[in-house]
Amino acid sequence: MSAELDVATVRAPALEMRGVSKRYPGVLANDHIDLDVRPGEIHALLGENGAGKTTLMNVLYGLARPDEGEILLDGQPVTIHGPADAINQGISMVHQHFMLVPVFSVADNILLGAEVMRDPIFINRAEAHRRIVELGRRFGFDVDPEVRVGSLSVGWQQRVEILKALYRNARILVLDEPTAVLTPQETEEIFAVLRRLADAGHSIIFISHKLYEVLQIADRITVIRRGRVVGQRLPAETNEEDLAELMVGREVALVVDRGESHPGEVRLEIRGLRVRDDRGHEAVQGVDLEVRAGEIVGVAGVAGNGQDELVEAIIGLRPVAGGRISLEGRDVTTWSPRDMNEAGVGYVPADRHRFGVVLSFSIADNLSLTSYYKAPFARGLVRDEAAIESTAEERIRKFDVRTPTATAPANTLSGGNQQKLIVAREFGGETRLLVLDQPTRGLDVGSIEFIHRQTIAKRDAGAAILLVSAELDEVLEVSDRIAVMYRGRVVAIRDGRTADKNEIGLLMATGGEEREARAAGSAA
Amino acid sequence: MTEIKLGPLRFRASRPTRASLARAAQATWSIVALPVIAIVLALVVGYVVIVASQLLVPGRAIDLLLPLNAYATLFGGAFGSFDGIVRTLVSSTPLIFGGLSVALAFRAGLFNIGAQGQFLLGALGAVWIGVAVRDQPALFAIPVALLAAMLAGAAWGFIPGFLKAISGAHEVVTTIMLNYTAYSVIAWAVSGPLDQPGSASPITDTVGNAGLPILLGRTGHAGIVVALVAVAFVWWLLFRTTRGFEIRTVGANPDAARYAGMRPRFIMVLTMTLAGALAGLSGASVLLGVTRYMTASFGTTVGFDSIAVALLGRSHPVGVVFGALLFGAMRSGALVMYGQTRIPAEIVDVLQATILFFLVAAPVLRRVLRLRDVRSELGTTETLTRTYGSEAVTR
Repeated sequence: MSAELDVATVRAPALEMRGVSKRYPGVLANDHIDLDVRPGEIHALLGENGAGKTTLMNVLYGLARPDEGEILLDGQPVTIHGPADAINQGISMVHQHFMLVPVFSVADNILLGAEVMRDPIFINRAEAHRRIVELGRRFGFDVDPEVRVGSLSVGWQQRVEILKALYRNARILVLDEPTAVLTPQETEEIFAVLRRLADAGHSIIFISHKLYEVLQIADRITVIRRGRVVGQRLPAETNEEDLAELMVGREVALVVDRGESHPGEVRLEIRGLRVRDDRGHEAVQGVDLEVRAGEIVGVAGVAGNGQDELVEAIIGLRPVAGGRISLEGRDVTTWSPRDMNEAGVGYVPADRHRFGVVLSFSIADNLSLTSYYKAPFARGLVRDEAAIESTAEERIRKFDVRTPTATAPANTLSGGNQQKLIVAREFGGETRLLVLDQPTRGLDVGSIEFIHRQTIAKRDAGAAILLVSAELDEVLEVSDRIAVMYRGRVVAIRDGRTADKNEIGLLMATGGEEREARAAGSAA
Repeated sequence: MTEIKLGPLRFRASRPTRASLARAAQATWSIVALPVIAIVLALVVGYVVIVASQLLVPGRAIDLLLPLNAYATLFGGAFGSFDGIVRTLVSSTPLIFGGLSVALAFRAGLFNIGAQGQFLLGALGAVWIGVAVRDQPALFAIPVALLAAMLAGAAWGFIPGFLKAISGAHEVVTTIMLNYTAYSVIAWAVSGPLDQPGSASPITDTVGNAGLPILLGRTGHAGIVVALVAVAFVWWLLFRTTRGFEIRTVGANPDAARYAGMRPRFIMVLTMTLAGALAGLSGASVLLGVTRYMTASFGTTVGFDSIAVALLGRSHPVGVVFGALLFGAMRSGALVMYGQTRIPAEIVDVLQATILFFLVAAPVLRRVLRLRDVRSELGTTETLTRTYGSEAVTR
């Protein structure tokens, strides 16, 4: 091999994505994204949730067809028809949720799907074992191929996933938030493995929104926001503040004038709240928070830091493991969603298709979904169709839901209009407290502005508002006070008008210092 | 401008224009297309089966018109005479109740395969109490016997609903097991506590005054009237009451139901209990209206046919009536068909099973035929296909 050739192969990107665009109804998930990864490089893809990282990787993995743009492997344009094709071409993905069969051995899991490619009938287990052990030894994880995957720790399961990719001769490895489920020690260990892989010439795409990790592991960092590449940095020439600013965005496209707030008495008071997630882990670990009448309290935080559990506990959808929730002085810790609704609590859920609307029901039925059982929607057991429809028509007008009729099914509405429908229902009545969980996720700018305006109007009418959002911009734009959640705790509380975006972004990503957190907690 | 509502159909009746008529036709078609296509396809399959079955008779010339002849006599047998129509109504009656039972459960996202067991228990309740009150005045005896049937069926429906609510046990599994249990309970009751002393084989006494009066011809009992009342009741319950709204919401989106302050588990228990009561009435209509006593071998396939009827009726009470009439007509015409064409009555089983097959394959049909489906609140096939995975409600 000549010297020139050698240089050429080293310099040429192993993977190049050029001008990739992907549009989903209502959102431009990827807007002409360029990304290149060289052999032996760990390339971090940084961005907030919903920025378009996952879409881009789905395009790479053949799970989504790009509307525009092309993918090049070793300089050759390729079309990737699906995951099997991607694997054939040397691209493997390690998902955030492992795709392993717990009752199978390590070897079986690694062979699963791969064995047919070699020999459609017989599996050469001895040969497979030898390769697995050898691969493991080379990259620093000695694993017994016969041990059951279910008996391994999460960190080791992840290594099995990586081994699976290597066994399939992956040259380009995509890791989707690989550290989300790991302890700090496991993270260090996996970083060592990744470095060794890169040194052996593999290309690694590392997806994350944890700034310090990205700075620690990456050779190059590409930041995307709202579907666009907004910058590229080398770790040596940047820092967490710079990356946070890039990721979150400095200038705000649209800021609704939030005006003056006139906070009144404490409406919602949370003391020492503990809540478990679906897996039984304590997702909320002793949160203290209060929301006053006529005030918007924004909860900032990277998704998955306990916000959803906090909100579900307040609303009564999730049992409380400890602590106390009071509404206007009454202990409501064990109240049901119906009780809370009766007490004048409105709720906009984060997952609108799962909780917020019944897609096959009419708009009118959806508008009465939380108060269908009482006047004016029903007299006793009997529904009042006329009242349901006339109330619906009134709210459709007031909240500008774009639909020809109130009897059209909700699934004929766009995402933004479905959200307006929920807002129309939850904001429509006499509201004491509004809990908004990601109220503008996935919406276009116009709908976002509308919902923000309605939220502020509701505050000025005296409602207490708790706004949870993974979009820092949103929290900064409309909140009177900002609580930052990190790993199940409120680590800081700041004034919404004077808060420093970089500081909040940093607190979201790192949790700040423990001392500061304690001070903030007692001040709350 | 007035509005006419026919269940999910809604017409704004002003002066009918060509466009409004076209819209109405389209709305109607989007609802009835699947059942109609399933029936037509089943008739095609039946045609092939009948033609092919002639090969089994040695030395017989193949008659390609024989299937059409068979269908004609089938139809004629069901609707061609007063007696035929009465027979059709009589065999449709238990299917209406049973279809309502399965349809109601579908609306709550539940698959009530247990209609057969609830049917048997209902019949048992009817005969047990019916025999006890056989000498009382009919105005007292009949309602009491019907009530007993409803309670027995309701109990048999409550069990799987309750089990699902407290433990997540899947209703498909539990209701199938309860079907077998029901057969055993019947066999025990008829050969034990209810057995007529002195009879050669296990048989109960007749229900006497508790029997349903004959209104039409020689066999047209009053069960059809009760059935139509039940249709109206279920329609009212589903579409006009808050309870029905809860049932439909739990069926369409259990998470949203919880969020809206409904109690999905309570609704599941309630729905299964009501479904059981309806299937119980189905058993009562056969026992009090047709057999008037019970043997250990009592039992038809009404409970299972009801699943097809509910699917055919798209889980709508009015649709169930049409589905039941079709299946009832096939049963009623089958013997006439046999008498005139020598084609065995079992061909009706083939037709019914084929209809069911095509209905369950609805998603495939819809794709192949590029049908736009009317928004069904819950495609019943969704309930069929998602059965074992639906854990959302059990939390």
